[in-house]
Amino acid sequence: MATDFIVHDKADTVGVVVVEDVQPGKEVTGWIMETDETIHFKSLDAVPLGHKIALRDLKVGDTVLKYGHDVGRIVADVPQGRHVHVHNLKTKRW
Amino acid sequence: MAQHSFFGYRRENGRVGIRNHVVILPLDDLSNASAEAVANNIKGTLALPHAYGRLQFGEDLELHFRTLIGTGCNPNVAACVVIGIEPSWTGRVVEGIAKTGKPVMGFAIEGQGDINTIAAASRKAQEFVQWASEKQRESCSIKELFVSTKCGESDTTSGLASCPTVGNLIDKLDPLGATTCFGETSELTGAEIVCASRAANPEVKERFMQVFNAYQEVIDRHKTSDLSESQPTKGNIAGGLTTIEEKAFGNLQKIGRKTKFIDVLKPAESPAKGPGLYYMDTSSAAAECVTLQAAAGFVVHLFPTGQGNVIGNPIEPVIKLTANPKTARTMSEHIDLDVSGILRREMSLDEAGDRLIDIMIRTCNGRLTCAEALGHREFVMTKLYQSA
Repeated sequence: MATDFIVHDKADTVGVVVVEDVQPGKEVTGWIMETDETIHFKSLDAVPLGHKIALRDLKVGDTVLKYGHDVGRIVADVPQGRHVHVHNLKTKRW
Repeated sequence: MAQHSFFGYRRENGRVGIRNHVVILPLDDLSNASAEAVANNIKGTLALPHAYGRLQFGEDLELHFRTLIGTGCNPNVAACVVIGIEPSWTGRVVEGIAKTGKPVMGFAIEGQGDINTIAAASRKAQEFVQWASEKQRESCSIKELFVSTKCGESDTTSGLASCPTVGNLIDKLDPLGATTCFGETSELTGAEIVCASRAANPEVKERFMQVFNAYQEVIDRHKTSDLSESQPTKGNIAGGLTTIEEKAFGNLQKIGRKTKFIDVLKPAESPAKGPGLYYMDTSSAAAECVTLQAAAGFVVHLFPTGQGNVIGNPIEPVIKLTANPKTARTMSEHIDLDVSGILRREMSLDEAGDRLIDIMIRTCNGRLTCAEALGHREFVMTKLYQSA
């Protein structure tokens, strides 16, 4: 099955849409590079190529993990399958 | 396994270049017009105009001299004509370059005027370019190669594939004795602890953290926001990168999975501890960073891009790779290597690293990069603070 998004590490809470833009309502397939596992869920947003999709429900204040590391904090609740970007994720630095 | 020797130009001091430029180097902004006139008169020479060189002082002035002298010393430069407004600082640059043993001569404009200076400098430039044109390439070892890297207009594909491709190359070249360099101090923010853990020993680790923290102080002193749209850039954000931390972990993929960095270099400082990976304190702006790395003696540059940065450098060829399939398609004239197959799971990282070694060796042998063919010659001096 074609890969819609890629996840660096098993621990990550977001994946990256690759190949083409994802449409809302689509059953999407993700590949976890670290463990070579495949995961599936339904996309709730249009997510452009290169943008992030939530792998599970994220609450305000949660730390987002990518590359297995802290890449910022959630500032608006994000259910699984939604687009994660500047509207709901902020830096903890600067 | 990819080929590991190449044909380069061996210079008087033993260092190896992959290009054979005769550079017309202005000391200061006032001398750009003369330098460009000489380069226009004498075909095959290359003027490097820039914006600075007057009333600088202290560490900023030292960096100015180190960058100009380092640029002239780079083994991709066969010979150099230096033009400055007055003889003293011009002479300082000439003396610095002359230590390599390569032909270099300085000309000062005061008391002569542009036209006489251009005439005299053109005669010398003609002599240099005809001399340089007889230089022959010879077989050189990968141990003699200095490779730098920096990424630009990154997006999430950079961290997933194009930066790890450079990392794969670094992990393969490091055991072979190549000298390599990464930088971009501000763009390690959020990943600095992981980066520090890649220092070869506690002393290097401590110096890295000192440099990193000093740069953070500059940002904290001048920032008016969380830097969103500057770092990450608008282009980064359009490409899906949200925070500096996310960008930093993608950036850091360029140093591979196991290679340790053996020293911390000041901007434009030449490596002095032998083969290995060096960290240099640089701006994260592409042209500034590559200009500093070229001035430190690096001869070929690996530049992963996501959204499509088009940068080149006048003396250090810049090889661009992307894993973004849209960029590879819509900006193909800028992309030397397309590794988007990694994201489609059609190409392994190991294959991508070998392909990058292959295109790098071909570039070293003389193949023009996309940026060279398109005439990208961004030469940008780093300025540390206001002039006096």
